[in-house]
Amino acid sequence: MLGILTGIIILLASGFLALLIRGRRLWASYVGAGGVVAAAVLGVVSSARILSSGGVESLRLAWALPLGELHVSVDALSAVFLLAVFGMSGLSAVYGIEYLAPYGGRKPLGVSWFFFNLLAASMVMVLVARDAVLFLIAWETMSLASFFLVAFENERAEVREAAWTYLVATHLGTAFLLVMFALLGRAAGCFDFDRFGELKLLSGNMGSVLFILALVGFGTKAGFMPVHVWLPEAHPAAPSHVSALMSGVMIKTGIYGLVRVLTWAERPVWWWGYLMVAIGLTSGVFGVLFALAQHDLKRLLAYHSVENIGIIGTGIGVGLIGMSFDLPALVVLGFSGAFLHVINHAIFKGLLFLAAGAVLHETGTRNIERLGGLIKSMPWTGLAFFVGAAAICGLPPLNGFVSELLIYLGAFNGAKSMAALVAAPMLAVVVGLALIGGLAAACFAKAFGIVFQGEPRSEQAAHAHECVGLMRVPMLFLAIGCALIGLFGPWVVSVLAPAVECVSGLPLSSVAGQLATSMRPLTLVAGCGVVLIMLGAGFALVRWRLLRHRSVSTAVTWDCGYVRPTARMQYTASSFAQPLTALFSPVLRTARKAVAIDDVFPGHSELETHTPDVAGEFLFRPIFSGVGALFSRLLWLQQGRLQVYILYVAIALVTLLVWKTR
Amino acid sequence: MNTTISMQSLINFFLAVVFAPLLIGLINRTKAWFAGRRGQPLFQLYYDLAKLARKGAVYSRTTGWLFRAGPAVGLAAAIVAAALVPFGGAPGLIRFDGDLVLFAYCFGLMRFLTVLGALDTGSSFEGMGASREVTFSALAEPAMFLALAALVRRTESLSLSGIYAGIDVEVWRTSPALLLLVIGTLVVVLLAENSRIPVDDPNTHLELTMIHEVMVLDHGGPDFGFILYGGAVKLWAMSALISGLIVPGHFGPWCGTLSGVLCMFVLAMVVGIIESVMARLRLLRVPQLLVGGAALSAVALMITLS
Repeated sequence: MLGILTGIIILLASGFLALLIRGRRLWASYVGAGGVVAAAVLGVVSSARILSSGGVESLRLAWALPLGELHVSVDALSAVFLLAVFGMSGLSAVYGIEYLAPYGGRKPLGVSWFFFNLLAASMVMVLVARDAVLFLIAWETMSLASFFLVAFENERAEVREAAWTYLVATHLGTAFLLVMFALLGRAAGCFDFDRFGELKLLSGNMGSVLFILALVGFGTKAGFMPVHVWLPEAHPAAPSHVSALMSGVMIKTGIYGLVRVLTWAERPVWWWGYLMVAIGLTSGVFGVLFALAQHDLKRLLAYHSVENIGIIGTGIGVGLIGMSFDLPALVVLGFSGAFLHVINHAIFKGLLFLAAGAVLHETGTRNIERLGGLIKSMPWTGLAFFVGAAAICGLPPLNGFVSELLIYLGAFNGAKSMAALVAAPMLAVVVGLALIGGLAAACFAKAFGIVFQGEPRSEQAAHAHECVGLMRVPMLFLAIGCALIGLFGPWVVSVLAPAVECVSGLPLSSVAGQLATSMRPLTLVAGCGVVLIMLGAGFALVRWRLLRHRSVSTAVTWDCGYVRPTARMQYTASSFAQPLTALFSPVLRTARKAVAIDDVFPGHSELETHTPDVAGEFLFRPIFSGVGALFSRLLWLQQGRLQVYILYVAIALVTLLVWKTR
Repeated sequence: MNTTISMQSLINFFLAVVFAPLLIGLINRTKAWFAGRRGQPLFQLYYDLAKLARKGAVYSRTTGWLFRAGPAVGLAAAIVAAALVPFGGAPGLIRFDGDLVLFAYCFGLMRFLTVLGALDTGSSFEGMGASREVTFSALAEPAMFLALAALVRRTESLSLSGIYAGIDVEVWRTSPALLLLVIGTLVVVLLAENSRIPVDDPNTHLELTMIHEVMVLDHGGPDFGFILYGGAVKLWAMSALISGLIVPGHFGPWCGTLSGVLCMFVLAMVVGIIESVMARLRLLRVPQLLVGGAALSAVALMITLS
């Protein structure tokens, strides 16, 4: 506990210090990032200690506010998320030093670091706060800090637009949370989380209302469909180390909040799990479909965050269904899969955003169609992106496979149940995960294959260089993390047992017993991973032996004997994804603008496709324009004359007086 | 599990590794017989593999390390998958709850590497093949999981070996419709995943119409040998899923293995017959075939749910 609080203080202090440093040099970056790294080391060690001991450490202090109190505590559930927050903050801070360097002359980097450290500190606070008022203060600080970070390049109109979208979305979400905590506070008579837990406030009809409020409020931050609209706007606009932090861990605070609220439930109503599974699968399938249709590398990754949040949500749904139907296997497998996927997604999505940032840093473009062949000029970044891509597709022997396997196991366990009410949603989970897996593989084959392989499609791509060491090291760490969790899956999962106990309400011995039965699959999967790697290496050795004394030459790629191939003749990202986007065109509604070729001798022609977000375009745009139209009717109130406004104030005062004295 | 059974598993695994290329030969001989040709020797793929192992290699200048590593790791993935499959009434060499997920994802890894190898060349043809491959496999994967889920539900076991141990004559007697529907799905998946007609034509000569063949155009020498052999092992492993349903084993270890192998050969001939009697579908029709295949298992599941 002390280590984590010290971490928060270091984060805040170094943030303020960085704010004070002026000048063109990178001192602000060193101070800011240095503070984050120091806090990260401290935080990772202390939260790992708490997680492994399985204990709870808390601290209560009085404070001057009329509501709530300063109550912080770390249990296993918080510790799991704290590990991800501290780890990713430290690594993206190291990366950020070099990433922000080119802006050094033009922008005050101290401000950016101040908000970065504030974001990290507030995320930690969100995870340890055990009082609703304190939680909301931290939550709001987190939203505002990330808003300013997204708006870093605020001279560009699209960045301002994206930051604005984010601000509106996050506050709409917070509004739901305010209502939820107000209801909880009224019912409990105080704002203490422990009290909410003791009273089991999430029960009965009120519980369902609270669950829906939490789902919308926290789901907006997490990025569930259809309230995910801010993700594909904000992640591309933010600097890449901030995208990595926001996508890797900040959206997970939404998952944390939801799970924390669920710990206050006596026993979830059966349809909560159904709803979670439905939302999870919708987010998963639609997230990956929209990712397929994107041309912007970071936007593509942002949609994949929606997909992975969907997988996590599906895992939680499996767990909830298990809780409502008293099936401990589902509870343990679903929640442990979801928690492991939280950590895994932090690692590989962080890695992918950092690698995409390196591409942007070196080439100046995020447009996939203008890249290509980067693996030759940027071998380290290419390797890192490859590992991240294979991991996010859930391919063995990397970490994504382990967490997806746990959710699959939970779903198959439910699918064999005799009760059709359990089996039907679980079968949907199995099929949904399989579809998501196949589509994700297609999408990352596109992202990696078009960006890093083939020939450069533009001047910028042709002249790219590898990024410097400080940017490479965090990527390397994360890539190794993907492999390690893949190979040490059983150990990592057993560490998660106390966190599962926290949310499931099952005794630790039962959780551990249930996890022990999944140890054999996990151990054998790790074993198969090792065998796979050794066999692959063995075959590579055979190949090397065979080719050692033979002629190995190079030539052009087979092109049917065409004399002058150019890089522009390569398949593009859009053409690669076309069969799938065409298949799902009723959902995607891709706008297509083409100049038709109607001459005998074709001349100039062009094709432009754009896939707007379906929820943003067909759900929120009509709502917001409707609200806007409604409020524009009140424009006559706004006369622009001071006297009128003073009159309004006077009328308001008189009305209040009359109302009070009545 | 006594030692004779693990011995049988080991022998089955070696049979898979050794006889896999023979399936391709059988398919080709059946097609030749249908067309009234003499056709290539039954062991042609073995000769091809031996020839490729003796060759040097020519690489495209555009390609990098992934292109060279892909075939070796892909073959490794296929062999790991083959070790998971139960055969002839005996469990797989490796078995655990959820191994069916690893089985499917091993082929996912193999495919991912092949697709990236294709994109590594920067060739438009190979990009086109890769694009079609990922499209069809994204639809084939849910179909396969649906089929396996129906079996999981019927046998209440979570591992491939457990599922196939639970399939016996009694299951055929009580729920033949379920098994037939599942076999239908698995046959569609088998044809799609192993690039056979009606999804893909391994004998086509025009790059524009190929799917799998075009992705490996630039591979040569031992690398190409790995790819061909890996494809054969994949065909064996996926066919074993079907033959395990048709010949449920329980005839004792040796009879079980023998009948399994015979069933595999018959299955290869059936694939050859399918390839001979129908043309390949238009590319736009293939998703309909795959969704139709998945629908068969969905119906099977509805039977188990009711």
